[in-house]
Amino acid sequence: MSLNVVIVGAGPAGLAAAWSASQSNANITLIDQAAQAGGQIWRGGQGYAPKRYRHLFGQQTTLHYRKQTHVLGASEQQLYLATPQGPQQLRYDRLILANGARELFLPFPGWTLPKVVGVGGLQALVKGSLPIAGKRVVIAGSGPLLIAVASQLKQRGAIIKAVVEQVPIAQLLRFGRSLVGNPTKMLQAAQFAQALANTPFYVNTWITAAEGEGEVQQVQLNNGQRIECDYLACSWGLIANTELAQQLGCRLEQNFVVVDRSQHTSRDQVYAVGELTGIGGEDKAVIEGQIAGFVATGNYQAASQLAQQQAQARQFSQQLAASFALRPELRQLAQANTIVCRCEDVTLAQLQSQPSWRSAKLQTRCGMGICQGRVCGGATQYLFGWSQDSVRFPIHSVSVADLVMESV
Amino acid sequence: MSSVIIVGGGIVGCAVALELTQAGWQVTLIERDCLGSGATAAGMGHIVVMDEGEAQLKLTLFGQQLWQALTADHPQPHEYHACGTLWVATDTEEWDLVAEKAAVYQQYQIACEILDAAALYAHEPALREGLVGGLLVPNDSVVYPPKSAVYLWQQAEKHGATLVYGEVTTIQTNYVQLNDGRQLSADAIVVANGQRCIDLLPELPIRAKRGQLVITERYPALIKHQLVELSYIKNAHASSGDSVAFNLQPRPNGQLLIGSSRQFDRTDRQIDQLLLSQMLRKAIDYVPALADVRCLRTWTGVRAASPDGLPLIGQHPERAGLWLNVGHEGLGITTALSSARLLADQMLQRQSQLEIQPYLPRSLQQEQPQ
Repeated sequence: MSLNVVIVGAGPAGLAAAWSASQSNANITLIDQAAQAGGQIWRGGQGYAPKRYRHLFGQQTTLHYRKQTHVLGASEQQLYLATPQGPQQLRYDRLILANGARELFLPFPGWTLPKVVGVGGLQALVKGSLPIAGKRVVIAGSGPLLIAVASQLKQRGAIIKAVVEQVPIAQLLRFGRSLVGNPTKMLQAAQFAQALANTPFYVNTWITAAEGEGEVQQVQLNNGQRIECDYLACSWGLIANTELAQQLGCRLEQNFVVVDRSQHTSRDQVYAVGELTGIGGEDKAVIEGQIAGFVATGNYQAASQLAQQQAQARQFSQQLAASFALRPELRQLAQANTIVCRCEDVTLAQLQSQPSWRSAKLQTRCGMGICQGRVCGGATQYLFGWSQDSVRFPIHSVSVADLVMESV
Repeated sequence: MSSVIIVGGGIVGCAVALELTQAGWQVTLIERDCLGSGATAAGMGHIVVMDEGEAQLKLTLFGQQLWQALTADHPQPHEYHACGTLWVATDTEEWDLVAEKAAVYQQYQIACEILDAAALYAHEPALREGLVGGLLVPNDSVVYPPKSAVYLWQQAEKHGATLVYGEVTTIQTNYVQLNDGRQLSADAIVVANGQRCIDLLPELPIRAKRGQLVITERYPALIKHQLVELSYIKNAHASSGDSVAFNLQPRPNGQLLIGSSRQFDRTDRQIDQLLLSQMLRKAIDYVPALADVRCLRTWTGVRAASPDGLPLIGQHPERAGLWLNVGHEGLGITTALSSARLLADQMLQRQSQLEIQPYLPRSLQQEQPQ
């Protein structure tokens, strides 16, 4: 019987893991919740991946590719799935987690107005069918995603009124210098810079409020400036989707899954790759994915040849985290009546008297609504320093019928 | 002035704290996590008169009366919602139980109404076809227990009670030891920490009985009453093995709580998928529209079960100065206020409204009655 290797997530990391695992005779299953492989970063499929990575999509024909499938939970050796054909269980011998990341939102006055969106969210909407040409957009928050998305939207005809980055200029320049010796990233940075020529780029600056009747019409910056816009796209960085890893009992540190050089987690036969182990983008995701795919199928020789690239990718990830660390002033943006939990309409004032996240959840229902704290959990952790609670089954909301297993 | 340490800030501990501070005692409440976070948060918050024996009926009825008094002027802090209980009969055998149950309730002047099939569907059109009838008990209600626990605590705090966060590792005569090295002493100690009493006082006849619950998104129009199968007691109170019983509750905000299940001696948090599937299959069988209802999350909670289903309220049989209020099984919200009153009555040597004998901590080596 061949080895059952199950990979969760078909973004860059998961696709790379599938590709390297496919070099063996293992029985590989690749699970993804979307209708098309590529994850957030290559959303839209193969055509959106850089040419050097397009071959990773080719493996989908030789493995069991399970699209539109959600992992609801896990026990040792078994995943519980919601599939278009109903609930199913899937046994694994090796499990590679490539769940990716989501945007961190911080609450500020007006952040719940219509047309205040996530930066990645707006990118996805535009890749969908949202017409952006001629629309005035302010992009604010922190991290390389701001300029990457700004340049994409500009190419599609958006008027980028401003890119607002909270990091001080010295810190940003230090990050720029750290890219020397990384030609791919240098080139990328140069392309963005060229694309965004003549676009106002503010550093050491942040949003203090979004204002408007019925939807956002203008934003206010900490330097007193007001900018009119049709969309405000915000991102304060990414947080890893560690829910499945947590349910499996993998050890986490600083909200990332702890792995060794083989991408092995603290749980036997469970590997984690890509953003789960530290935000680092597509290059880190692909390297780590490939290593996990090789190690999980016993191809240690091939894995060891990637060690140097892995070290470089991890170093980049650490530089990224250090360079775009959030400044403490951002904790003061939300006012007493600012909504923190959108699902349950919980304000900052309601949370301020709570001793812990658990108590806040029980007493105010913060994080207990439809998103299950995916949005406000990151914010409350940043605002109050609360540690997160256990992850409850099912990880993804499904119907009652989808929880009824035929046999277990 | 006498001093007391209460171990456990669940709804029972908070209720005891209020009773004793009101009587002038100096109260220190010790909680390991946050108030109302253990079984208090895990349960359904159903205030229900249960008729499995006279002692249980009297304690739950007294509890319900105290809840009504507590919430009469301020229902909102408790999210009090008088939805009533509708006991559902699926066949003639259960239909016979309707009449028996109604007779018992009537004997205690508890309002109830026998519903034939037509009346049942008029009350709850989402129930599946082919049911024979039911019993509506309109004065049963639901609360949101974590908020009630904090509410009770806040009242106690106004009278001077003190809250200490910490985990009690041992109980000695007149003092407790915390896991961080602190020792706290008092004239009396009350253990009100649910199934965690098993670790502190292993001699008690208490077993863990784990349950699993599901909460859904909001479906405010689906059902109006808490729906319970008539064989609930039979199914829920088997003395061994795993079991499920249909129990569906409409929360005031439109969410639905789907229960229930029981597993002996398990306290871990891993969802038992087989048991969850059985429980949900049963729920869909009673209310077919549940199949398409979206679940937000599931969780486990651990009840403290005594052999005869009654809580232990009173002095430890072998240790002076140590008092117990544990073993409420699945009824701890209903019986929190009444048991706290009965315990305070004993500690203060007051006259009780109920005959206390059935609830006194029983002999420790007692065989489990069948």
